[in-house]
Amino acid sequence: MLSYLLRKLLLSIPVLFGVTVIVFAIAHAMPGDAVLAMITAEAPSSEALIAMRRGELGLDQPLYIQYLNWIGQILHGNLGRSFVNGRSVGEIIGERLPMTLELMGVALLVAFIIGTTLGVISALRQYRLTDYSLTLGGFVGVSIPDFFMGLLLVYVFALELRWLPSSGISTAGDNFSLLDNLRHLILPAAALALFRAAIFMRYARAGMLDVLNQDYMRTAKAKGLRPSTITLRHGLRNALIPLVTVFGLALPTLFGGSVVIETIFQWPGIGLMFIDAVVNRDSPVIMDYVLITAIIVMLANLATDLAYSVLDPRVNYD
Amino acid sequence: MTGLDVLAGRKPTAAPGQGPVLDVQGLSVEFGPKGRSVYAVNDVSFQLAEGESLAIVGESGSGKSVTVQTLMGLIRKPPGRVTAGRALYRGHDLLAVPDSELRHIRGRDIAMIFQDPMSSLNPVLTVGLQLTEALCEHQGLSQAQAERQALDMLDLVGIANAPQRMRAFPHQFSGGQLQRIGIAMALVCKPSILIADEPTTALDVTIQAQIVELVARLQKQLGMAIIWISHDLSLVAGFVDRVAVMYAGSIVECAPVDELFSATTHPYTIGLLNSIPSLTAANTRLVPIKGAPPNVTLAPTFCAFAPRCGYAEARCREAKPPLETVGGGHTTACWRWRQMEHLPRPQAAAPGMTRAAAPKQEPLLVVSDLKVHFPIRRGVLRRQVGAVHAVDGVSFEVLRGETLALVGESGCGKSTTGRAVLGLERPSAGSILFEGRDYAGATGEQLKQRQRAMQMVFQNPFGSLNPRMTVGRIIGEGLRAQKIGTRATRDARVSELLALVGLREALRNRYPFELSGGQRQRVGIARALAANPKFIIADEPISALDVSIQAQIVNLLDDLKARLGLTYLFIGHDLSMIRYLSDRVAVMYLGRIVEIGTTVAVFGSPLHPYTRALLSAIPVPDPKAGGTRRRIVLGGAVPDPSKPPPGCHFHPRCPMASDICTKVEPQVRDFGSPVSGQHLVACHHAGEATL
Repeated sequence: MLSYLLRKLLLSIPVLFGVTVIVFAIAHAMPGDAVLAMITAEAPSSEALIAMRRGELGLDQPLYIQYLNWIGQILHGNLGRSFVNGRSVGEIIGERLPMTLELMGVALLVAFIIGTTLGVISALRQYRLTDYSLTLGGFVGVSIPDFFMGLLLVYVFALELRWLPSSGISTAGDNFSLLDNLRHLILPAAALALFRAAIFMRYARAGMLDVLNQDYMRTAKAKGLRPSTITLRHGLRNALIPLVTVFGLALPTLFGGSVVIETIFQWPGIGLMFIDAVVNRDSPVIMDYVLITAIIVMLANLATDLAYSVLDPRVNYD
Repeated sequence: MTGLDVLAGRKPTAAPGQGPVLDVQGLSVEFGPKGRSVYAVNDVSFQLAEGESLAIVGESGSGKSVTVQTLMGLIRKPPGRVTAGRALYRGHDLLAVPDSELRHIRGRDIAMIFQDPMSSLNPVLTVGLQLTEALCEHQGLSQAQAERQALDMLDLVGIANAPQRMRAFPHQFSGGQLQRIGIAMALVCKPSILIADEPTTALDVTIQAQIVELVARLQKQLGMAIIWISHDLSLVAGFVDRVAVMYAGSIVECAPVDELFSATTHPYTIGLLNSIPSLTAANTRLVPIKGAPPNVTLAPTFCAFAPRCGYAEARCREAKPPLETVGGGHTTACWRWRQMEHLPRPQAAAPGMTRAAAPKQEPLLVVSDLKVHFPIRRGVLRRQVGAVHAVDGVSFEVLRGETLALVGESGCGKSTTGRAVLGLERPSAGSILFEGRDYAGATGEQLKQRQRAMQMVFQNPFGSLNPRMTVGRIIGEGLRAQKIGTRATRDARVSELLALVGLREALRNRYPFELSGGQRQRVGIARALAANPKFIIADEPISALDVSIQAQIVNLLDDLKARLGLTYLFIGHDLSMIRYLSDRVAVMYLGRIVEIGTTVAVFGSPLHPYTRALLSAIPVPDPKAGGTRRRIVLGGAVPDPSKPPPGCHFHPRCPMASDICTKVEPQVRDFGSPVSGQHLVACHHAGEATL
């Protein structure tokens, strides 16, 4: 097991290196740069001023030098400084990442619990009204994109019903309280969760149906166990194994989704930070964002692999 | 506490013959929507006395499993429907009580063991948990109490080191051990009835012998009644009291075991007995039951066997014969049973027009010291730390025109050898000469040449045919790939092949799922024959088929060999079938050939103790043979091929093993004579009389 982990971590080094090359190339292929992005019609700048700002930011150096500088900094644990406000990127991400993780974590957990439960129920009631209704609901769920779901939720629950706030992480002017924060969390988390709950439900239903046809389920029934014991102890644990893969695959898409949802709900996480950075051509922030997400996704995949070996005793990494 | 203490706490049970513990009356089960029903079980009645053992024998689709699963409430409803009948267990109608009540009888009073021990245990739960959960459920024991009882039960079924093994998961056991655990799991609540649904079908023949012995012993110790479901009449002949033969959902004959074999009245039972290969009869042809399995979508208003029956008359096709009493607990469902005694028994069809010419003394295939090792890699750098010695130094020749059978239990390397010969597996060492040429590393035209000359028939006719291709395309695909002939000639060739393997031209545009198992295997054979090969490797081509169909396929292979001048390498585990179609036999154990010689020599005077054990483990279709026949039941299982035992690989299981066997690898010696031909044996003690 340890050697498996070690090997996986070693293998991730070249992958991460490739990520840095690609993200650097993309960040610098964008039209314009941070200096041009600051210039507006109201504050025109002379050519000399632009050249001076570029010199200050190191944008006048050849690309490979810029790349090596960036990589050198990262290897020293220094994520660089934002071109826009000069703050350390590490500090900015340190502030904002917890917000995003809160949003994503809650959304994923809720989606998984709801999706799996409904999927199992759907499988147990196969071809009955419950199954058909849930399948229809799931179909609607996967058909509505995150951003539209977000807007729909804002319209219904914030604008019409006025039950929940539509943006931010806490009520402006009030002292921060967890309860207030959670009230703000509900809508963006729901927007992210519903689509994924529908996907989990589809896979949980298929997985459970597969398990229900297995010989060991018949054995469990032949022992005279309670239906609930058969379903939960013998069925669910086996049905969860394929769901781990779906769970692992949901993570990267969740980062993408959170960029959109954070923008709609003005949730001050790294997604919103990324959008601001793109608008401002703040390339250090853009590159560090992508690198950090890549690392998180990799770690999550590793955790997925480990989850397999916990759920399925036949899986043995060595 | 030992295993026997388990028995002390038993409630006293009645002796056999004291009245039925189970009384099934007129049970009918259908599947699917009304109007498009599958008639799975039709009006089945039987009684089971306390402590009695009853075998229900039938081929796939005969309704034997559905019958017992209905009693246990294990069939899914829908699509299943019980349309008639009662099943009284000590006076309670199992079919009438709600599932919530039936649950308390299931597992406690009536327990069940299943066919495939690998899939019928939950892979993610420990064996200990699976053993104890029924006890906790039915007897309200604490986990600790339940564990003590489970340990005793594991002792009783012969699982060594039980306390440690309780914490292991199913994949850490061999198939035979798992079936023992399955039995322990069923018996842990000491049921009055044990239902065994083909519990040995997925196991090797030496392991089958162990399990049968175990169940027979436990039945005596625990005094329970047994219903043993099987497709194999000869297997159950040795240890049950009564046999019920099922066909197309109905019991066609039911009799005490001696009577069933000695005074058979139903044509289907006669057919079944005829299609069982014998280990002693003169080497004649098998007598298969003609035709295909029954169509169970027709309402049971006539004798379902009539289409395949040599004695059928008009009334057989018009009305279903009732189950009539022959006498002495013997019942039969045939309109003509009174005449059966005087009617001629079916004879083996004459072999194909030509007898196979005697093999020439010229080898077509020469395999020398073949080794196939699969590396085991571990660690961060994936260094090779060992190897699975699947094939470990195998040498043999196949002469032009002969059939060499490669036999052995699962894991002995017989299939890997076949795959290596075909070029599907890269040998680690040794050489394979086909027609004097070594095709190792052959590419392009050379490789095509070999592919044309050598073809394979696969084991599982359900998995080896592409479900999205028609029969015609499957058969013709090889010709297309090899660019042989034009479209028209290929079409003609497919028709020719269909006729050759005995399939109707109309089947050409069908898909595999529309065919029966036997028809599918015929398609597999036609596919292999398409490009006119000289050499056919048949990897267990009949083991997935029903007994009556197996005989058909064996006869077909035999005819084709004679007509087309083929040479076969036949891989199998069923020694009795192999006797009918091979000229020579090679017995493999753990990657090596332990004995090779002519079929007559190996079956007539086996010299290796493993061969003898294999032969003695084959069930004989004769209830009386059980007592007189000496059976050698091998202990243990085939060892891990990555850590083969030193010296002779077989010594840990060998009844003759001595000191030398544990240290020195036995040399191959020839015990043949000019009459019997070469007879090579790798055993230190070969030729010594005692065993």
